[in-house]
Amino acid sequence: MTTVADPKAASERQADQMTPAMETEIDEVITHYPVSKRSASLPLLHYWQNHFGSVDDSGIEWIAAKLELQPINIFELVTFYPWFRREAGGKTIIRVCRTLACAMAGGYEVKEKFCSAVGLDPHSEHHGFGVAPPTSPDGKFSVEFVECLASCGSAPVALINDTLHENITPESISGIVDKYQ
Amino acid sequence: MTAKPFVMPAPHPKERRIIFENISKPGYDVSLDTYLTHGGYESQKKALGMKPAEIIDMIKASNLRGRGGAGFPCGVKWSFIRHDDGKPHYIVVNGDESEPGTFKDRYILHYDPHQLIEGLVMSAYATNTHLCYIYIRCEFPDAARIVWKAIQEARAKGYVGKNIMGTGFDCDIYVHQGAGAYICGEETSLLESLEGKRPYPRIKPPYFPAVLGLYMKPTVVNNVETICHVKHILRLGPEEYAKMGTPGDGGTRTMCVSGDVVKPGFYELPAGAVTLGELIFDICGGMKPGRKLKAVIPGGSSAKVLRADEIFKVKVKGADGAMEEKELKMLDVVMDAAGLTSVGTMVGSGGVMVMDDSREMVWALNNLNQFYAHESCGQCTPCREGSLWMSKITTRMLDGKGQGADPKTLQNVADNIAGRTICAFGEACSWPTQSFLAKFPEEFDSATKAK
Ligand SMILES: Cc1cc2nc3c(=O)[nH]c(=O)nc-3n(C[C@H](O)[C@H](O)[C@H](O)COP(=O)(O)O)c2cc1C
Ligand code: SF4
Ligand code: FES
Repeated sequence: MTTVADPKAASERQADQMTPAMETEIDEVITHYPVSKRSASLPLLHYWQNHFGSVDDSGIEWIAAKLELQPINIFELVTFYPWFRREAGGKTIIRVCRTLACAMAGGYEVKEKFCSAVGLDPHSEHHGFGVAPPTSPDGKFSVEFVECLASCGSAPVALINDTLHENITPESISGIVDKYQ
Repeated sequence: MTAKPFVMPAPHPKERRIIFENISKPGYDVSLDTYLTHGGYESQKKALGMKPAEIIDMIKASNLRGRGGAGFPCGVKWSFIRHDDGKPHYIVVNGDESEPGTFKDRYILHYDPHQLIEGLVMSAYATNTHLCYIYIRCEFPDAARIVWKAIQEARAKGYVGKNIMGTGFDCDIYVHQGAGAYICGEETSLLESLEGKRPYPRIKPPYFPAVLGLYMKPTVVNNVETICHVKHILRLGPEEYAKMGTPGDGGTRTMCVSGDVVKPGFYELPAGAVTLGELIFDICGGMKPGRKLKAVIPGGSSAKVLRADEIFKVKVKGADGAMEEKELKMLDVVMDAAGLTSVGTMVGSGGVMVMDDSREMVWALNNLNQFYAHESCGQCTPCREGSLWMSKITTRMLDGKGQGADPKTLQNVADNIAGRTICAFGEACSWPTQSFLAKFPEEFDSATKAK
C-alpha cells in the first residue's frame, strides 16, 4: 500500500471524515457477530463504500484496526469481491445484467444504449473491475455489466443504485436515465 | 422499507402454491401483522412443543430435497448434527441466489420474509441451534433491509430472540450481505465469506459443514426455499406434503422459466407433476410466434443442455416389475429430480432456460463460458485456467477465427476440469461445454471454418 506524503492529499483520506455517529453505527453492526469480530469485515466494507463510494487505503487500515486485523486481511477482500472498488464511480451506477437470459432478451444492446444515453463510449471494453467503472464526463453516471441478477424471468434487467429495472426496452432507456439526472 | 408492488399472475391449474400461497393474495404485505392474520408463527408454536428428533423425522418422512442445487435430502443433512455434542451449532441460510436462470428466492426474501424466519426458527429448534445467519447477495439491497426489519419485528413480539414464545428456547438471527461473487453460493465459500475471509471454497473432506462448518462448528447450510418448506411440512404433516411430489422428491418445486417462451416466470408445481413439454407449452404459453424449440437448460446454467429432437433411452419399471428400456422424447421428460437425472442432466436449482431456433449454440455457450471465467475463485489451476481457455476459444469461434482443432481442444479442457477441483464449480463450468459439444457438434464444427 502506498503511503501518502502530500499533506493536502492526506486531508482527503476517507478515514479522516469518520464521525462519532458513524462509529456508533459500526459498533452496532459488530455486535451481530458475537463469535468473531472478523466476520464484520464485509458489513464494514459495505458501510464504508455506501458512505464514501469507494474504499481507499485509509479505509482498509481503519477497518483492519477496528477489527484487530492486519490491513492485508481487508485488502484481500476488496480485491476479491467485484462489488468493492478502490476508486468511486458516478453518483448513479447502472449495472446491466450480461448473462444468458438477459443477453437473449437484448441485454448487450441495453448496455450500449445506456452508455450512449449518459455520454459514454458504447463499445468500450473497459469494465471497471476494482478501479473506477466507466463514468460519464459530468460524474453523474457509471455503466457496467454484472452477472445474472436473479431476475431472468423479466429480462433484460439492470440494477440502478438500489432499484431493479425489469423488462427494459431500448425505447425505455432515456426515460429511465432522466429519472436519475 | 417495502419493495415495489408485485402481483403474481393467477395460478395455472397445474400449479399448487404453498410457498407462494400468501404472496399471491391481494393485499399481502411483509408486515408481522399481516403474517399473523395468515396463520403466521402457528407452525412454529406447534414445533416448539415437539421433541427436536420428532421434527427431524418429519422432515425425513416428507422427502424434502434441498432446493439450492445439489438436491440433498434435508432431513438426512440435519441428522448429521448431534443434538447433545455440547458444541454450539449454526444455521446459515443460503440466499446468495446467483445461479443463472434461477429467480425464486428473490421473491420470498422481498415479499414474505416472515415465512423464512418462521421456518428458520423451527429448523434451529430441531438442530439445537441458537445463532443463525441469512446470507443475502448484495444485489438484493431491499431484501436485506426487509428481512432485517422483519427479524426485528418478530424479535419485539417474542418470535425470535430470547425465550421464544415463552418456551425457554433462544435463537438469534442476523442478516449478512455478500459482495457480488457467485462462488459465495457454494456452501463452504459462503462460510468463509461469513467468517470475513477470502471466500475460497474449503477442501473436502469433510463433505458436510455439519462436521466442520461456521467457526469450525457443526453447521447446517440450506437454501432459502428449502427452509421455507420446513414450515409447510409441519403445517400440513409430512405424509400430506410428501404425497404432493414423487417418492424421492416431496412437496412442490418452484420452476423458474426464462428465455424464449411467451410467458416466462416462476411456477410452483408439485414435484414431478409436469413434463418439460407441459411446462413450456401449457404453462409458459409455448414458443414465440413462428419459432421452434431448439434447446433447454433445465436446472440452472450448469445443468447439461437438452436438445429438442433428442430421444433418450431410459430404464423404467415395466408392468411386470422388471426393468425395461424405453424411448423418451425430450418433451416427455418429467420435471423432478429422478426424471432429469435419468436423461443425464439435473433439476438443480429449478432454473429452466429455453432457447428457440434463432439461437446459435456457440453464442449461448460463449455467454456461459464468460460467466464461469469471470466467477472462478482462482484457487484451483484447472478451473481458473480452464474456464478462461474455454471462454477464449468460444469467443474466437464467434469472431470467425475458429481453428479446426477447437472443438477437440474445448472438449479436452472441459474434461480436465471436472473431478479435479476443490469445489463443484469445476463440474458446473465444464458441463455446459461438454453437453453443448455433445448435442450440437455440427454448430461447433462449422464455427471452425473461417468466415
Ligand atoms: C458454484 C456453486 C454455486 C452455488 N450457488 C448456490 C446459490 O446461489 N444458492 C444456493 O442456495 N445454493 C447454491 N449452491 C449449493 C450450495 O453449495 C448448497 O448445496 C446449498 O445451499 C445447500 O442447500 P439445500 O440443501 O437447501 O439445497 C451452489 C453450489 C455451487 C457448487
Ligand atoms: S473449482 Fe474453481 S471455483 Fe471451486 S475452488 Fe477451485 S478454482 Fe475456486
Ligand atoms: S440472466 Fe439476467 S437476471 Fe439472470
